[in-house]
Amino acid sequence: MIASLQLDLSLTVSESGFLAVLAALVVLAWRLKTPAVWPLAALALLAVFNAFFTVDFFELRWIDSHLFGIPIDILKNGSYVMLLALGMTLVIATGGVDLSVGAVMAISGAAAAVLIKEHEAPFILVLAIPIAIALAAGLWNGLLVSIFKIQPLVATLVLMVAGRGVAMLITEGFRPTITRQYYAYDEFVYIGNGFLFKLPFAVTIVAVMFAITALLTRKTALGMFVESVGDNDTASRYAGVNARVVKLMVYTFTGLCAGVAGLIYTSNIRTGDPSKTGLYLELDAIMAVVIGGTALTGGRFSLLGSVAGALLIQALTTTMLIHGLSSDQALVPKALVVVTVCLLQAPEFHRKIRRLLPAGKRRAA
Amino acid sequence: MNAKTPKLLLEMRGVSKSFPGVQALADVDFTLRAGEVHALMGENGAGKSTLIKVLTGVYPRDEGAIRLEGRPVHPRSTKHAESLGISTVYQEINLIPHLSVAENIRLGRQPTTFGTLRWGQIKRRAREAMGRLGIDIDVMREVSSYSIAIQQMVAIARALDTNAQLLVLDEPTSSLDEHEVAQLFDVVRRLRDGGLGIVFITHFLDQVYEISDRITVLQNGQLVGEYLTADLPRIELIARMIGKDTSEVEAMEHRPRQAEAAATGEPLVRTESLGRRGSVGPIDITISPGEVVGLAGLLGSGRTEIARLLFGIDKPDAGKITVGGAEEAIHSPQKAIALGFAFTPEDRRDAGIIPNLSVRENIVLALQASRGAWRTIGRKAQREMADRFIAALNIRTPSPEQLVKNLSGGNQQKVLLARWLATEPKLLILDEPTRGIDVGAKAEIEKLMASLREEGMAILFISSELEEVVRDSQRVFVMRDREQIGQLTGEQITEPAIMHMIAKHKETGDDDCVIAIGPVPDGL
Repeated sequence: MIASLQLDLSLTVSESGFLAVLAALVVLAWRLKTPAVWPLAALALLAVFNAFFTVDFFELRWIDSHLFGIPIDILKNGSYVMLLALGMTLVIATGGVDLSVGAVMAISGAAAAVLIKEHEAPFILVLAIPIAIALAAGLWNGLLVSIFKIQPLVATLVLMVAGRGVAMLITEGFRPTITRQYYAYDEFVYIGNGFLFKLPFAVTIVAVMFAITALLTRKTALGMFVESVGDNDTASRYAGVNARVVKLMVYTFTGLCAGVAGLIYTSNIRTGDPSKTGLYLELDAIMAVVIGGTALTGGRFSLLGSVAGALLIQALTTTMLIHGLSSDQALVPKALVVVTVCLLQAPEFHRKIRRLLPAGKRRAA
Repeated sequence: MNAKTPKLLLEMRGVSKSFPGVQALADVDFTLRAGEVHALMGENGAGKSTLIKVLTGVYPRDEGAIRLEGRPVHPRSTKHAESLGISTVYQEINLIPHLSVAENIRLGRQPTTFGTLRWGQIKRRAREAMGRLGIDIDVMREVSSYSIAIQQMVAIARALDTNAQLLVLDEPTSSLDEHEVAQLFDVVRRLRDGGLGIVFITHFLDQVYEISDRITVLQNGQLVGEYLTADLPRIELIARMIGKDTSEVEAMEHRPRQAEAAATGEPLVRTESLGRRGSVGPIDITISPGEVVGLAGLLGSGRTEIARLLFGIDKPDAGKITVGGAEEAIHSPQKAIALGFAFTPEDRRDAGIIPNLSVRENIVLALQASRGAWRTIGRKAQREMADRFIAALNIRTPSPEQLVKNLSGGNQQKVLLARWLATEPKLLILDEPTRGIDVGAKAEIEKLMASLREEGMAILFISSELEEVVRDSQRVFVMRDREQIGQLTGEQITEPAIMHMIAKHKETGDDDCVIAIGPVPDGL
């Protein structure tokens, strides 16, 4: 399988262009001291590898005035995990975790497919009802965690397991496929397959959701409340922060993110698939958040880091698929990269490394 | 005495350690002889903890040499330090509460045969370890079933179990009552007489003079000097610690009690038979604007519980609270804050600071929370607010963006005060605001209380240090066994009066309480 590796030392225009942009991003992130620097650096390394070893990895083509190419695929296929990671970042920052996002994707997708196929619903309802269901699912998680004080891992495990059953109930056990004959077909299929600003529409959705999340958390005090609740719950409550409401909000928001991701996925494959939609993506989302520098213990979070983490995971998956590793085998190199990035971030690891350096250098540093 | 025996156990020479932006230790010497108790003194941030952490291998040193019995050593980790014979007992007791005493002592080094525990040996070794401290308890009982003092002894026994030559006690007495301190000191003396070198860190000057043979003083990361305890009058010690003139300190120590009467006029807060089953009550107190009301009593007498009821952390199940004449149900801290209350809890680290947020964020947090998430205080306004309080309260931090966890205890306490002052409260509830902080910061906080009172704030002041309660309060409510037993005002407020009140009540109660207040007459 690795035999397909072929070294090509010359750099094309687009290869050098991508590398330059990534290098600039890494430098910028380093300057800004954001934890996003680590996943970005890993992404840059991976790009270097691809520039030399993967044929035409960075070649972009115009087809019908739309942009195609592997980097575009990565953006598009990474959109689910990027969306999930936005909500997951906030949940993890409050010291929790949400295992149910994959199942919620399946519910929202199943609902959309059934609405189109069985009820011939207008497009606006095809969007609104699945989103409302996803919000309700998030609210349910939030209630269990914040009001009933059930451990997040357990509370969201309930919906992770039961969610796919709910999706199955919605589709009555089938995998409804959407075809051109239905009323809302064109609009719905556009979500996961259309192009806007020459890029896949899903990229725009991610960008808008990212902007909304960043504005809500960094331009209002919500971000500070999330971080303070995650860092010290008791002290935050004593300072008058309504920890319950904060948690309720982040879980509900995560439900929203999962709902949107479910719509994109279902639109993309034109099928409401209760058992496959979003399968294991909760793990990728958690991984993206951790790679992005948000600690599982809660507190400080970095949305940018999580998005970079999600892109890294997707880029890795794509690279390995190109080189002929099946998606099952690809898990091993993926795990290696995750461990490496996490180690690079760990203060304990930095200390150990520093101790290995000779005393003279240590003093100089 | 022992201090005269010249056998050097530990020599630290020219030790330096810097962190980004801070020189935590600069060329510090420290010498410990076998069979002495050596107090390490200094304000918060003077470098005591850093020196200990260098000694116990938590931080690598930048410069300097450490010699243990003449041999150079380079502790790499606490475990490595332990194997060299350097053991530490930290302020917060690192025991596992639901394991037995024996398991805690042997934890991590249990003797096994083919992987199965040898309980007989574990038990015997644990009993021996406790026996060395002169304590005979059932080592198979859960650690949490014993008093804090006994738990502290178990921690010491655990530390000594590794054939230690040198024992570091970092603030071992901060959560002990006087009786327990006496018990601990018996053990310390026994260990000292057995030839152990003991480094003792505390904020209680009385204890330093009671137990230590020598004192080393640090200030701002630098060595001030090493003294025989007997040769260093208390006032001189304080002066050296804070780098001030002796006369200045004398003025601070002997500041006369303000004799003005308690504020008259309508009380801001009044409680009537307030109580909570199993917690505290019934409580009838009033707090008026412009007065400091002290709550005095032994540890566990129900002082903190009153604060928790007033601040809506616990819900009362009896009585009522009126605020400004209107009855209020205070069911949450948010409600209390909306009424103009503020509360700094006694466990600053667990319930006060948000460690990984910046000084700025910690200061604006309560005000921002009371405004809600949407009416955001702009970045610039936050910065100005932080700068203003850093200057006004003399908070020592390199920048408002420094994480609060990197500040010393006294400065963290000031950040908490700033957080509440930013909300312009009517009632400030201070629970042990001076615990575990240095003399300088203590004086500053007491001064701040006085000036806030003059501006018309009502303050409820809880402290274990009677001296402070007496010095700073206009009215004192005395607590015992979770009940309110009396009130003192104006000239009546003296340490003996409070102690008599607690003691008198005790004698009418059960007998063993008299033992608990045994140390009290010494203080008279």
